[in-house]
Amino acid sequence: MATHVIEHIFDPWKTIAEHQSKTSCHKQFGATATFIGTMRDFNDSADVSAMTLEHYPAMTQHYLDKLIDEANTKWDLLDTLIVHRVGEIKPAEPIMLIACWSAHRRASLDACSWLIEELKHRAPFWKKETTPNGERWVEKNTNGL
Amino acid sequence: MTIHVKFFASLKDKLKIDDTTIERAKTAGEAWDITTHNTERPDNVLVAINLEYAQFEDAIKAGDEVAFFPPVTGG
Repeated sequence: MATHVIEHIFDPWKTIAEHQSKTSCHKQFGATATFIGTMRDFNDSADVSAMTLEHYPAMTQHYLDKLIDEANTKWDLLDTLIVHRVGEIKPAEPIMLIACWSAHRRASLDACSWLIEELKHRAPFWKKETTPNGERWVEKNTNGL
Repeated sequence: MTIHVKFFASLKDKLKIDDTTIERAKTAGEAWDITTHNTERPDNVLVAINLEYAQFEDAIKAGDEVAFFPPVTGG
């Protein structure tokens, strides 16, 4: 299990592969479910040229750990990885990734879906967008549909 | 011992307060009133005490860390 809050661009696919190559559950997992969040160049009817992600470091770490602990009580997971960017992000760059490994598919698929929704509602990150009209804070999450 | 009070995101910008300390307050709500000089609290403000979500009427004590912030928007 690992969580990383990072300030630099990362390759989510390479990160997942590297984590998986070192996981202690090697040869035990039969399913890997992933979610990768990527920055769009539009939001709420405006062009967005950049985004800055602020966070509350101690509480963020606490909640990412807590979410993984809770997921482990709900599903039989073999390993979980969460990576989330902070600082300045450009369109098409990855914002975050969640990867869950389990013996069978349902646990990893359901846990991954649950983790992204819980993270978006509980982990203290905030997005500020740069638009043609200046900077603006994102006031709430999209409904995800 | 003091109480540490933090503000984040749009609240930090609006109130122009980042991180401050107060000598005493009985509740998180009172910490808001003291640090913001009784600024009316927006309906959507969230509060955390020692890194856990809390209520404004929850008690606080010396050494606690209280944080105020808008709805979170990560992911």
